[in-house]
Amino acid sequence: MSMFARAHPGRTRLIAALARYAENRVAAVALTLFLLLALAAFAAPWIAPQNPYDLAQLDILDARLPPGSAAAAGELTYRLGTDAQGRDMLSAMLYGLRISLTVGFAATAGALALGLVVGLASALAGGSIDAFIMRVADLQLAFPAILIALILLAALGPGPGKIVLALIAAQWAYYARAVRGVALVEREKDYIAAVRLLGLAPPRILFVHLLPNCLPALIVVATLQVGAAIALEATLSFLGVGLPVTQPSLGLLIANGFQYLLSGKYWISVFPGLLLLTLILAINLVAERLRVLINPRLDGI
Amino acid sequence: MAWYALRRLLQALAVLAVMSVLVFAGVYALGNPVELLVDPNAGPADYARRVAALGLDQPLWVQYARFVAAALRGDLGNSFVHGTPALQLIFERMPATLEVSFAALAIALLTGVPLGLVAGFRPQSWSGRAIRALSVLGFSLPTFWVGLMFIMLFAVELGWLPAGGRGPTSRVLGMDLSITTLAGWRHLLLPALNLALFKISLLIRLTAASTQEILRQDYIRFARAKGLRPARIVGLHVLKNALVPLVTVLGLEFGSLVAFAVVTESVFAWPGMGKLLIDSITLLDRPVVVAYLLVVVLLFVSINFVVDLLYGLLDPRVRLGGARA
Repeated sequence: MSMFARAHPGRTRLIAALARYAENRVAAVALTLFLLLALAAFAAPWIAPQNPYDLAQLDILDARLPPGSAAAAGELTYRLGTDAQGRDMLSAMLYGLRISLTVGFAATAGALALGLVVGLASALAGGSIDAFIMRVADLQLAFPAILIALILLAALGPGPGKIVLALIAAQWAYYARAVRGVALVEREKDYIAAVRLLGLAPPRILFVHLLPNCLPALIVVATLQVGAAIALEATLSFLGVGLPVTQPSLGLLIANGFQYLLSGKYWISVFPGLLLLTLILAINLVAERLRVLINPRLDGI
Repeated sequence: MAWYALRRLLQALAVLAVMSVLVFAGVYALGNPVELLVDPNAGPADYARRVAALGLDQPLWVQYARFVAAALRGDLGNSFVHGTPALQLIFERMPATLEVSFAALAIALLTGVPLGLVAGFRPQSWSGRAIRALSVLGFSLPTFWVGLMFIMLFAVELGWLPAGGRGPTSRVLGMDLSITTLAGWRHLLLPALNLALFKISLLIRLTAASTQEILRQDYIRFARAKGLRPARIVGLHVLKNALVPLVTVLGLEFGSLVAFAVVTESVFAWPGMGKLLIDSITLLDRPVVVAYLLVVVLLFVSINFVVDLLYGLLDPRVRLGGARA
């Protein structure tokens, strides 16, 4: 066992961490579910029964068919029904999931990178620069994310790049605050004093020693914020200020079904909504478990 | 205290000035409203006349200077679409938004705080676990989709409540309110509940966390040692101390309810200023968008200012720390 551990120290540590994570059954199920959804989104072009963006594959005669209906022409069965354009809902949802996940992760990566740089710079600079940056971050956090995103999208117009930008602008401050807080604590610890005394160059101290120790806290914030970013994108797209109609994310699919809900054609809105809920719930449960693992004192809150 | 208040006031005004520049500069890029408002068959002379009438031919900074001068007089321009003053449009729709936001806040407080107390007091019990699961679910449910499900269940399937709109209103203190009639309440219930959902989860979390923190304190141990009944410990000692942080959170949460009302109002066709904002963004009605944003920013800055003052009153450390810095 010890030989194995020496040969693959990284691997056993990963397995141990996963085992510790999976002690909570709900969290284990949530992680599996999330990975399955991510896989399905990635594989959408290969596993979807239909390419929902290819107008040649759509038949308007098949519009608004209830779940389980057969196509008028061809042998396709619409397991989850069709929308107003005769699009297979299951295919549209798989492609929508792909867009929602891409936008959510792109926005999180962007906000994380920006927040990391700003937060570390703020903590290291200290003094009036630190005070100014944190004042700006506080000011922004005083406004709800949806309001900031709405202002920006009202100015920029809809589009995938623009919504990612709006989400980054709405979320960077959370990361900057978290990074700064952790960095200030870590900076005072003995190991940083030790590497300083060793005479290591400041960039090396920053990236090799300080940054890795700030990461656990950041991962929790980032996981929570991915869920928030996906929910926010769906909301903005639902309101018609997010993604363009040509690339329907889950939020836009739900919006498209809104008008048919009142006449009892529930499937156009309900199924994408359930998928969106499952996705966000899975991400939030994973985040919750990570939060407890990194800060065990919080267990039971 | 007066010095502290003055400093906060100056900061608030600075924020307002910065936001007005950002909002104006941002919204200026919002497409070209002339194309929308002028008949495409109009001749070039006619087109130029319309552009000049709307002041859109001036350089950006002149437009901003005019805008600020007019804004200080309470004039944020006329709506391109309605032709009436933008600010008047906002104020007409504001009572509807405030009404649904206050109703949501009340619902969130009346359900979130008691549930949070239970979850904090008995974290390992069946009910404590159920409440915590509920709050995770509440955080994950997208508000707009829950709204749709409410409509589907309570309006379409069961037919208990109306699917949208505001129903009859009556004038109270110069505002149109719907809480005076039963029909008004029937229209208000679903939007308010929908808007409250996220805040219920938040309040459960906050109350549960501070309850657990308080239960570890010495005065609770003392109260227990004295032999007080658990109900009295929770009702008196825990609740009172758990409410202190909530009071300060409440102001900010109300502001966020007003912002999130944009979503709920769009789902339930509730004629508030949030729905007006979305309609105005789609119609490129720039003055109304600017007016909405400035009114909401003013609202937020005022709330923050009041919360800061309350902090200063409740906790002397805040204002002493501020004076030393």
